[in-house]
Amino acid sequence: MRYTLFLYSDETAFADATPEDMDQALRVFGDYINQLKEAGVFVDTEWLQPSATATTITKVGGERKIQDGPYADTKEQLGGTFVIDVPDLDAAMAWAEKCPNVHYGIVEVRATAMPEGGNPYAG
Amino acid sequence: MTPVNQPEDPRAKAALIARESYGRLVAILASRTSDIAAAEDVLADAFAKAMEKWPVEGIPQNPEGWLITVATNRVKDIAKSSHSRTYAGSLEDVDMPPSDSSGLNNLNPDEIPDERLRLMFACAHPALTSSIHTPLMMQTVLGFEAADIASAYLMPSATLAQRLVRAKRKIKDAGIPFTLPERADMTPRLTAVLEAVYGAYALNWDQQELDRTKDIASEATYLASVIADLLPEEPEALGLAALLAFSLARRIARQDQNSDFVPLEEQDTARWDRMLIRRGNVLLERAVKLGSPARFQLEALIQSLHMSRATTGQTDWAQIVQVYDALIQIAPTTGAAIARAAALGKAHGPEAGLRALDIVHQLANDADLNRMQPYWATKSHLLRQAGKASDAREAYEKAISLTTDSAVRSWLEKEMGR
Repeated sequence: MRYTLFLYSDETAFADATPEDMDQALRVFGDYINQLKEAGVFVDTEWLQPSATATTITKVGGERKIQDGPYADTKEQLGGTFVIDVPDLDAAMAWAEKCPNVHYGIVEVRATAMPEGGNPYAG
Repeated sequence: MTPVNQPEDPRAKAALIARESYGRLVAILASRTSDIAAAEDVLADAFAKAMEKWPVEGIPQNPEGWLITVATNRVKDIAKSSHSRTYAGSLEDVDMPPSDSSGLNNLNPDEIPDERLRLMFACAHPALTSSIHTPLMMQTVLGFEAADIASAYLMPSATLAQRLVRAKRKIKDAGIPFTLPERADMTPRLTAVLEAVYGAYALNWDQQELDRTKDIASEATYLASVIADLLPEEPEALGLAALLAFSLARRIARQDQNSDFVPLEEQDTARWDRMLIRRGNVLLERAVKLGSPARFQLEALIQSLHMSRATTGQTDWAQIVQVYDALIQIAPTTGAAIARAAALGKAHGPEAGLRALDIVHQLANDADLNRMQPYWATKSHLLRQAGKASDAREAYEKAISLTTDSAVRSWLEKEMGR
């Protein structure tokens, strides 16, 4: 089953990170990606720009509303995702626990709700 | 401290001294003030100065004493400048020496006492969250860079650096003393120190970082023997030193030529390090003589029984089971109960092992067990040996899905196909 790991963290914690720190962070995430790939469970990953750069759009209420900034103004913000393909939640949790993000934030594990073979109405 | 001309490369020499005496120097400099960060700063200055002077003037005969003298002078300079800032313009600072609260004045650079134990007790103090004990000790006592420690945990260095700074600030500001614990407090305090050392050893290193693993594993073993030397009457200190010596002895035998994982009972005993085994046995004997068995001694004893295969050619599984029984009495953990079931399977057959695995259910709930890789790995081997092929296959698949280490995973895959 496919699981998405949502990586939440307090962005201010990295405000004074040096280029060396950022490079080392890339390296530990690179190690993690390699481990997922070696296990044959890696599907995809994304690393996002800070939430201050987010734009939200809605037409709820009939009118298009555009907002500069993230949807939820919380201390912990979404910073990236991993999609993995593993047999069950136990395995997904084993991998979530290895994710570098657990040391400075929260990893939320969610199973896919997509029907087998993808959305049948999509091409 | 006459500089002598030696053909050695001063940089290499300084690196060697850093490795050997870093913790000793930090401990000396920080022990009076509890200020580890300041000690590290002045020591970094002293090392920089050494790099500047030694290539020109030669390496001093007592490099450690040289470094501590330079660092001590730096401490005094800092004290003096903050003193004159405070009393700027007053007559007092003209001929009054700066107050030396550090007590470094009385230090003889030729006989630097070993204060590392005090530093370790401060690093593993109960007022500090236990997750920082190991990284703090690795940095302050062993001199590892924060980035290297962080990488070992698969953690961003910025995260760890912040935590280390916070912990050091707390040691200083809250006044965590650099003292040896009172007799009544010794056991819990020492346990925290030993567990921190064990934590350094047990870090789950990435396969590709084998060189660094080598360093940290042997550094942790070195640290355990330092503690054992400084506390020769503490059986658990000796027990941990023995345990890590045995474990280190098997390090290269743990992987075959293809870097695949080799389980203990299949390892080629010719690849075990005899010197380390002997050292482990000596330490363990000394521990046992003190007559108070506890966790690390029993774990070391189990290792010692495994190691005797190198001389006897066989493993006394029944005796290993007995030691696990004793271990579970003292420290009931699921890990020990699972390992006991595996040993019982070897001693009395797979059915007995499978029955013993049921004991694990008394120690952990089903949801936790379902996520426990060693439980499924052990169960799958026992099921296969019991001839329950399809159950075994299911258990192997479960074990493999929970394995994040690639060498162990490919070994399990091979076992499943057997």
